[in-house]
Formats: sequence, structure tokens, C-alpha cells
Amino acid sequence: MALSSDTLFLLGVAVVKVVVVLLVLLTAIAYIVWLERKLVAHIQSRWGPYRVGPYGLMQPMADGLKFLFKEDIVPLEVDRFVYWLAPFLSFTLAMLTFAVIPFGGSFKLFGHEIYLQIADLNVGLLYIFAVTSLGVYSIALAGWSSNSKYPLFGGLRSSAQMISYELSLGLAVVGTLMISGSLSLRDIVNSQTGTWHLAGTNTFLPHWNIFVQPVGFIVYFIAAIAETNRIPFDLPEGETELVGGYHTEYSSFKFAMFFMAEYANMVTVSCIATLLFFGGWHGPVFGPAWLHVLLPVFWFALKVFCFLFFYIWTRGTLPRFRYDQLMAFGWKFLLPVALLNILATSFVVAWIGT
Amino acid sequence: MVPVFYIFAALTIIAALSVILQRTPVYSALSLIVVLCSLAVLYVSLGAKFLAVIQVIVYAGAIMVLFVLVIMLLNAGRERHTEGSRLARWLGVPLLAAFLVEILSVIWNGLSSGAVAPPAPDAGPAAVGALLFRHYVLPFEVTSILILVAILGAVVLAKKQL
Repeated sequence: MALSSDTLFLLGVAVVKVVVVLLVLLTAIAYIVWLERKLVAHIQSRWGPYRVGPYGLMQPMADGLKFLFKEDIVPLEVDRFVYWLAPFLSFTLAMLTFAVIPFGGSFKLFGHEIYLQIADLNVGLLYIFAVTSLGVYSIALAGWSSNSKYPLFGGLRSSAQMISYELSLGLAVVGTLMISGSLSLRDIVNSQTGTWHLAGTNTFLPHWNIFVQPVGFIVYFIAAIAETNRIPFDLPEGETELVGGYHTEYSSFKFAMFFMAEYANMVTVSCIATLLFFGGWHGPVFGPAWLHVLLPVFWFALKVFCFLFFYIWTRGTLPRFRYDQLMAFGWKFLLPVALLNILATSFVVAWIGT
Repeated sequence: MVPVFYIFAALTIIAALSVILQRTPVYSALSLIVVLCSLAVLYVSLGAKFLAVIQVIVYAGAIMVLFVLVIMLLNAGRERHTEGSRLARWLGVPLLAAFLVEILSVIWNGLSSGAVAPPAPDAGPAAVGALLFRHYVLPFEVTSILILVAILGAVVLAKKQL
């Protein structure tokens, strides 16, 4: 089968995109860990890492090397295959979601329109939900295969928690889907171009969904924190009760994979919040042509960074929920609010539509 | 797309066999998840991305999670094989043969007539929704009542006094 030069070119572009996204993402994850340690330290009046490099900036490299060279201890009675499978599954699924996340507009290269996104699926958002809904297996299986009581408890708790909050997470974004009328993340962002016009006058507020879907956003963000098992919803690994939860029996690089997956998931949910509610890569664009390509990417990264900052801030501020509080909050508060939001939005959309 | 079909069709069959041949319940459940996911890939190869994604969300992401959760809760160990049951021998084997003949005849007819299903036009959420709420609205509502009754039943069974 002979490939035309066009096909080869597009194939090359796709490979370059995958490699660049992976490299940027892994570096970002390493430095989010640094950021978290530094920020939480400052919140608690400590210095945080400062020995390795200026401001401790080389700390992620040191941590990575440590993970690589540490002894990999496998307890005797584990279920070997599943014990190995769980961390790989966790990391792979966390990385897979970035295949559909658009991080900028498009530009022309040798007569081809190149989009700053690996693949524009027309069901992109559902794809992300599908991949993240599989993520619960990695935690449940890690807990089960360790053959130890604390990891098993962690796995059970997290399965229940993630199933519960996945519902609110999915329902919270339905409002924005009704407004933009598409499941493609690129279309959703493009529907948020420009500014809001109220009764014929320009309000100069950006045309972002957050201004019409504030309830949806708040529900989404709370559910997202629970879905990524972060404080105040980090019951699956609550160290005061469960030692380390589902990853108690993991060490060395297998533990690092769980760790990286957690941070990758944080980036994913921050990206979705940016894309659905905060206009994605839209922002003031000016200057020469190359700046028109780079500035949107910068705005996107800035918005995602704000969410990550907020995540870490929450961790430094709030105590952990009790387990029954967590369940009651998810089922008796978040879910009804998300449903009411859908009801209200559909009435308004139908009213404006007629 | 033909090699993709053969790879994932083979994977589906192998994983399906593994569901019934594994002795450890968790492994059976894992194999079933592989079956469901590779079925989703087959849907994609037919051009139905929406159905594929829904398949993964509903079956692999929700229903099977509950299966795995229950297996973990009960901490079910390895199955023990019983001595061949009489029911399986007298009813199971003929039924198996009948189904095998039926499937083979369908495949044979398909091969001999050379008819291959045309790739579906990309059935998006709008098309599926319209079909579900216009053409099939009665079965849809009946199913939802069935599920409601099942939920009520589960609540009554779980809560001894209300």
C-alpha cells in the first residue's frame, strides 16, 4: 500500500503531537508535585523543598530518580497479575484522556490546517467520561490484589465514592452541552467565542458558559475533586485510618505510577473545567501571526493553572470529610442540585428556542 | 478496518472463553470487561462512535464496577468444579449444538451471499435520541418502569423496616 506524501505528512504531524503532548504533560505533572509541596508548605508557614537546585526546582528529578532506584517490594501473598496490572491501568487511562483535549486553535503548515489537538472526536466529552469511568478499576483492583485489609478497605471505599460522584460529574456538564448543542470539545469551546450581549448592548463579559451555568460549574468542580480522590474527599487513602489506602502495599515505580496518574487526573478535570465553563483557549489575542497561534495556548495553560492552584489551596485549607458525610453530600445534595440545574436549563433553552 | 475487525473479534472470543473458563471470579469479571471494551472497538470500526462510547460508560464503567465491587465484598475464592451435573449433560449439550448450528448457518449465509453490512452513518446522540424517544418510546418507557420496580425491590429487600 503506497502512502501519498500528504498522508505521510499528516501521520508525522500526529506522531509529533502525541510526543509533544506526552512530554509536556509528564513535565507538568512533575512540577505540579513541586508546586503542591511548595504551596502547601507556605500555607503552613514552612519552606518546602529548597535544597535541590534554586527554590528546590530540581526536586522532581531527584524524586523521579529515587522512585527508579528504590527496591520494588512485592508482598508474598499478592495476586501477581492483577497487582501488576493495576498501576499500569491507572497510568495508561490517565494519559489516554489527553488524546481529545484541544489546547489551542489551528494554524496552516504547508497548506494543511493543523489543529492543536491530537484527535477531534465528535463524542470527545463522552470519550473522556468513558476512560475516566474505567479508572475506578485500577484502584479497586489494586486494593483487592494486595491481599491486605487496609488496601481492600481503600479499594471498596473508592469504588463506592467514584461511582457516586461520577453521576453528579456527568450530570453537571449536561447544561453546557444543551447550550452548545455538541459533544465535541472543539465545538463547545468555539460556541463560547466573543462577548455577552444583554438587551442589545455589549457587556464586554466574555461569552463563557460559567456566566449561565454557575451551578453546573460548582457541582462539577466539587464532584471532580471527589472523583480525583483529593482532599477533602481523599477517603480511599485516608492515612489516619487506612495507612495509605489502596496503594499501601505498593512501592518504587509502581507507586510512582499511581502518584502520576492522580496528578494527571487533576490536570484532566482542570482542562475539562476550562473547556466547558471558561472558554477554553479564548482570550485577548494581538500581535503578529505567530502570536495568534501561541497566545491561545498560553491562555489555556493559564486557566488550567488557576484550577490546579485552587486544588492545592483546597488541600491546604480543608479537613477530610467523614465517610457517611461524603456519601450523604454526594447523593442527597450534589445529585439533586445537578438534576434541578438540568431541568432549569432545559426550560430556558426551550423557551429561548421558540 | 478489516484487520482491526479480525484482531478485536478474536480478542472478544478469547476473552469470552476466558470468562467461563477462569476459576477466580475476579479474573472472570476482568475478562468480561475486555469483552465489552473490544465490542466497543468493533462498534467504532463500523462507524458508530457514540454507541461505542456509551457501551464503555454503561457496561464497562458502571455495571461491571458493581460486579467487581460485589466480588470483592464477598471475597469470593476460587470456584470448585462439581462432578458433571445431569442437567448440563442432557439439556446443555443439545442446546449448545443447536446454537452452534444456528450461528454457523448465519455466518455461512452471510459469506455465500457476499452481503456485508454497510458502515452505519455516524449515528450521533441526536439520531439515537430521536429514534429512542419517537419510534421506540413505548419500549423505552416500559423499560424505565421495569428498572424503577427493580430499584424499589432492592430498597425493600435491603431495608428491613422503612
